[in-house]
Amino acid sequence: MSTFVTRPAVEELRARIRRLESTAGHGRAVLPFGIKELDRQLPGGGLALGALHEVAGGSNDTIHAAAAALFAAGITARTKGKVLWCLARPDLFAPALAQAGLMPDRVIYVEAGDEKSVLICFEEGLRHGGLGAVVAEVAHLSLTASRRLQLAAESSGTVGIAIRRWRQPTEAADFGQPTASVTRWRVSVLPATPLPVPGVGRPRWRLELIRCRAGESADFEVEACDAKGRLALPAKLAHGPAAKDIGRRHAAS
Amino acid sequence: MVLALNTAARSAGLRIGMPAAKVQALVPGLILRDADPAADAKALDRLALWALQRYAPIAAADPPDGLVIDATGAAHLHGGEDALLKGLVARLAASGIVARVAIANSWGAAYAFARYGAQATLVIPAGDSAKTLLDLPIAALRLPKTMVEDLSVLGFARIGELAAKPRAPLALRFGPQLYRRLDQAMGRLREPIDPVRPPGLIEVRRVFAEPIGAPETITRYIGKLTSQLCEILEAKGHGARQLDLLFHRVDNRIEAVRIGTARPVRDGKRLTRLLCDKIETIDPGFGIEIMRLAATLAEPLAPKQMVSSLTEEPEAEISHLIDTLANRIGEQRLYRCAPLASDVPERSVQKIAPAAPDIGETWSDPWPRPARLLPRPESIETLALLPDHPPVTFTWRGIRRRVTSADGPERVFGEWWKQDAELIAVRDYFRVEDEAGERFWIYRSGDGEDATTGSQRWFLHGIFG
Repeated sequence: MSTFVTRPAVEELRARIRRLESTAGHGRAVLPFGIKELDRQLPGGGLALGALHEVAGGSNDTIHAAAAALFAAGITARTKGKVLWCLARPDLFAPALAQAGLMPDRVIYVEAGDEKSVLICFEEGLRHGGLGAVVAEVAHLSLTASRRLQLAAESSGTVGIAIRRWRQPTEAADFGQPTASVTRWRVSVLPATPLPVPGVGRPRWRLELIRCRAGESADFEVEACDAKGRLALPAKLAHGPAAKDIGRRHAAS
Repeated sequence: MVLALNTAARSAGLRIGMPAAKVQALVPGLILRDADPAADAKALDRLALWALQRYAPIAAADPPDGLVIDATGAAHLHGGEDALLKGLVARLAASGIVARVAIANSWGAAYAFARYGAQATLVIPAGDSAKTLLDLPIAALRLPKTMVEDLSVLGFARIGELAAKPRAPLALRFGPQLYRRLDQAMGRLREPIDPVRPPGLIEVRRVFAEPIGAPETITRYIGKLTSQLCEILEAKGHGARQLDLLFHRVDNRIEAVRIGTARPVRDGKRLTRLLCDKIETIDPGFGIEIMRLAATLAEPLAPKQMVSSLTEEPEAEISHLIDTLANRIGEQRLYRCAPLASDVPERSVQKIAPAAPDIGETWSDPWPRPARLLPRPESIETLALLPDHPPVTFTWRGIRRRVTSADGPERVFGEWWKQDAELIAVRDYFRVEDEAGERFWIYRSGDGEDATTGSQRWFLHGIFG
């Protein structure tokens, strides 16, 4: 199947839909990942600012969401301004965020306690508009709640990232429920880049774009955030066709 | 007569109420000071003022030796009722005051438990107050001394015995005060606390001819009061750090709302919004007669020049977001992390105020750190070569994992200046990856050779992304 249709009529229709969707004047500002293969899959060529995005971990990481947190940290590190990070459990280790490029001076943590307070703080932060990004760790995200968050993000132009994190691996089926978020990602850990000497190389992730409004789902194998919060493609895939293979397999399944 | 004692005197066997001549005979060289009730009352007022600024909008001195604080709606800002009491006792102890504290349903009950309760700090759950009170002596009821003595002559020792008797004969004998005090302690009769007002407090008030109750009306008057208050603040060149809004209800109760700000503020709109966020916590009952708005903490606020966008990008102002969140969930649950010079991972992070100035530095460790650090290291079963190899397999939470690659050891020494036990304690940290690609931060307590450096057991401490 062809992934991109570039006929003028379709383009015009897309532009009209875009105009209908974006009520606020913040337009279509995006934050590119800086990886061509990834940005190509996202409408506008990057992660939409002024929108809600969801990130979850894969397999065992659904409980800890360690890779998901680093992925979110990498995105927020490339925004400007302070970052509000709403926690349900206080086990996030700040030095790791600093190593993903998110400096400690920029992050304000909120230990909200229960799920409801997390959502309240999340929305309050998104609505404010002076922040660079708002990240919240939530388990359950209803359609109504996510719609509120998405509207708040649209009105202020702040990017919101919901890290979905559950207490039990079985609860992770919740991730299939529809929400109003613009993109939905799953980050699973993969064995690190092999080194010629004993040791652990740069971590790798399988990055699945499960849902993307006005775009198609895809998945990628990437190297984890560097000290500036940037992802990278593994060397052997940077020019090869393997990434496409993965995408096709996903589309067929 | 002896009115007060310090610990040394108490251990020498002296008691309150002994005649002065007798104690001088008992302990030679005893230091006696004349009682100064006026100074005591003044000190108590100062303490009440401190409690007002630090703890809750309604606080008052309860002479001769007590302090009463209405902690309704204020406890969560200090981490719950238990934490509030512990903090209060610790702070008082730091300034040399030994205190007994209790939280209960009513002023009378709290008075009784603080003075006659079994423990020095006591939180009585909401429903248990009246029941637990029955075991306390009559003297806990704040009755005149003569009345307590008369009652004991009649054979009453405990509050429970008094409560079980028919009321009429005793009320006839002792007057209405006896049962009023009992009802107040049981929470059946309201007893308003008149909060301490320091001289020079910036306060505005509004008296209503007709009691008000609708949220819209309250919002409107909050707006009017804040603009009045801001005018006074501006004339003084101050900004509010803490505002107390008191609602005097027609049934003689006071409802209170307190908000705090991270920096001095005298922007009427912002203060109104912070106060209006709390309206839902107010129970107007049959109506509100008087509203009083006071700036219990005010600091100088000088006008500041705005940053010109020609020279630099103006930094977005987020202090009002911080205020909103802090007033909603509590100040200490909102923080920033800052590096602290410590090799022990869990000690390398300190919490600082969210509005603190930027530090501009980060953790200097070049080694990867896990994204999640478990609150306490979890013990794991391992198969490892000693002394300096990473494990070959380990079992954590019932799942056995084979290690495919590992980095380490990174040796962390105990901080001997903190406690003696850490003098030679050692942890060897490894970063390991299992077959599925999951990466963990594990350590062995001890250096693998010398049993004095640690238990040589393995723990899992963090999870990498």
